Amino acid sequence: MKTFDPILLKNMQQPGYTGSLAEYERAGGYQALKQVLAGVPPDDVIDLVKKSGLRGRGGAGFPTGVKWGFIPKDHPGPKYLCCNADESEPGTFKDRQLMERDPHQVLEGIAIACYAIGAQTAYIYIRGEFRLGAKILERAIAEAREAGHVGADVYGSGVTIQIYVHAGAGAYICGEETALLESLEGKRGKPRTKPPFPATHGLYQKPTVVNNVETLANVPHIVKRGSDWFASIGSPPKSTGTRIFCLSGHVCRPGNYELPVNATFRDLIYELGGGMRSDKPLKAFIPGGASAPFLTPDHVDVQLDFESVALAGSMSGSGGVTAMEEGTSMVWAALRLMEFFYHESCGKCTPCREGSAWIVQILQRIQNKQGRREDLGTLTDVCGNIGGRTVCAFGDAEIAPVLSTLKYWRHEYEALIEEAETLNAGRKAKDIPVLSVS
Amino acid sequence: MLRAKYQNVIDDLLSRYPVKQSALLPLLNLAQKEEGYVSQAAMKEIAGILDLTPPQVFETVTFYTMLSLKPIGKFHVQVCRSLMCALVGADNLLGWLQKHLGIGVGQTTQDKMFTLSAVECLGSCGTGPMFQINDDYYERLTEEKVGRILEDLRQTGDCAMKSGPFLL
Repeated sequence: MKTFDPILLKNMQQPGYTGSLAEYERAGGYQALKQVLAGVPPDDVIDLVKKSGLRGRGGAGFPTGVKWGFIPKDHPGPKYLCCNADESEPGTFKDRQLMERDPHQVLEGIAIACYAIGAQTAYIYIRGEFRLGAKILERAIAEAREAGHVGADVYGSGVTIQIYVHAGAGAYICGEETALLESLEGKRGKPRTKPPFPATHGLYQKPTVVNNVETLANVPHIVKRGSDWFASIGSPPKSTGTRIFCLSGHVCRPGNYELPVNATFRDLIYELGGGMRSDKPLKAFIPGGASAPFLTPDHVDVQLDFESVALAGSMSGSGGVTAMEEGTSMVWAALRLMEFFYHESCGKCTPCREGSAWIVQILQRIQNKQGRREDLGTLTDVCGNIGGRTVCAFGDAEIAPVLSTLKYWRHEYEALIEEAETLNAGRKAKDIPVLSVS
Repeated sequence: MLRAKYQNVIDDLLSRYPVKQSALLPLLNLAQKEEGYVSQAAMKEIAGILDLTPPQVFETVTFYTMLSLKPIGKFHVQVCRSLMCALVGADNLLGWLQKHLGIGVGQTTQDKMFTLSAVECLGSCGTGPMFQINDDYYERLTEEKVGRILEDLRQTGDCAMKSGPFLL
């Protein structure tokens, strides 16, 4: 793999960089904001981002410039920008680093986005557990306000940009954009039925853009260095730029690695991550956070871009890559993820609320050697009745670990069920312990 | 109660949103920080501040796992149990804590110092196993580190081993 000069992690990789305003400015910070406020029309900023090919880094990969372009130009009332810092997809921990180590990079991106869509107010919805990140952002906002980078009449341009931090309180679903809006409005964080979309009916039913932290952090660089430069990196024309991949699991060097998206999982896991931590080989990996179907060692030469991962039968999602070594039980792994989804289902849609509990029960039964032969059919059936039948993408996400492990490691499920049959042979049904989901 | 002590904070929070109800989670977080949990009195007071009914506040509280309706220990130890941490030893970590604290998951020590919880992903997957105690993360934990952290907190109420800005 060719050596690569990082974009987003560049500042913080300088020795001693603390992310203060002075250091960020010394590294060229807030020049992009000054540049656009000095007279670049908002539509030109939107066009620039469209041409760069930047796509959402939160999971869905929607083109950012196109999203901004959906905001009605002639809307008379307020518009809003929400920075999605809820980062709660298991396997993902990049936004935390961006916010804690170089907060002004995120704030500058937010300010430029606000200007482009005509929003005067931005809320950073940060997950409640990230207390340190919230504190660092609050401090950075105060610094930026003091220096005139945000606030009323920024640089005498007449443009007002207010940025506030809003902490959540521990609900995964609030990373879903409409659930985030509900939560920000002070309600239970349940996703809204779409349409209408946030672009026209978002926060307080006003036009709203919701962008991920990493997405926004890219914006100042695109303004400064141009859309052609950004579009030349990665795997153009569809997946451009770099992404921060979060490597976790059984590797020697877990961590965040920023890579052009034409790199491969082999580059990430073996070259940067140092390969597996023990002498056991790679057995499976999750390519894009807990919602992405598992892949096998046969897929390590797949490129990291959205299209290539989709072609391999999974999704690049939030960029969280988790490697598992030989010997890891795939039934156990699927159960652990399923318990997460069961816990985090918001309860709005019946298939997801009830289905997640059923799947957990069946998986627990199989894992505890109480499985029955018909369980595998039931699992597939229950999953089939969740996918595509819920208001938000959570339903499709929660069945991914189960269906993909059933696809590649069905024999592990069958072996456990066979063990159960041997164990329970001759026992009456009433003597077999019943498990309940807590 | 909250108003008497935090009127400035409350005013600042309310000034951030065009709709008062948006300040609900920030106020609940404030109430929990103040009392260690969200009391009935706090919910009533917050309802009054935001022109909501107490049940509206209650229904929101019950949705969010970080908000507790019951008093808990002075230090809330929340262990990440999701897959990524489980791969690198979250279950061992839970075992060490149960041994050191002498309590099970969901319980509080008799001296009301520690409450132990197993929670889902805390966004620290590259640095597991890990736990959060009150506002702070503690990462790459070993049994020896766990013992020292608990001891420090018991003795001084603080521990230098908490994580600073993310370094990886």
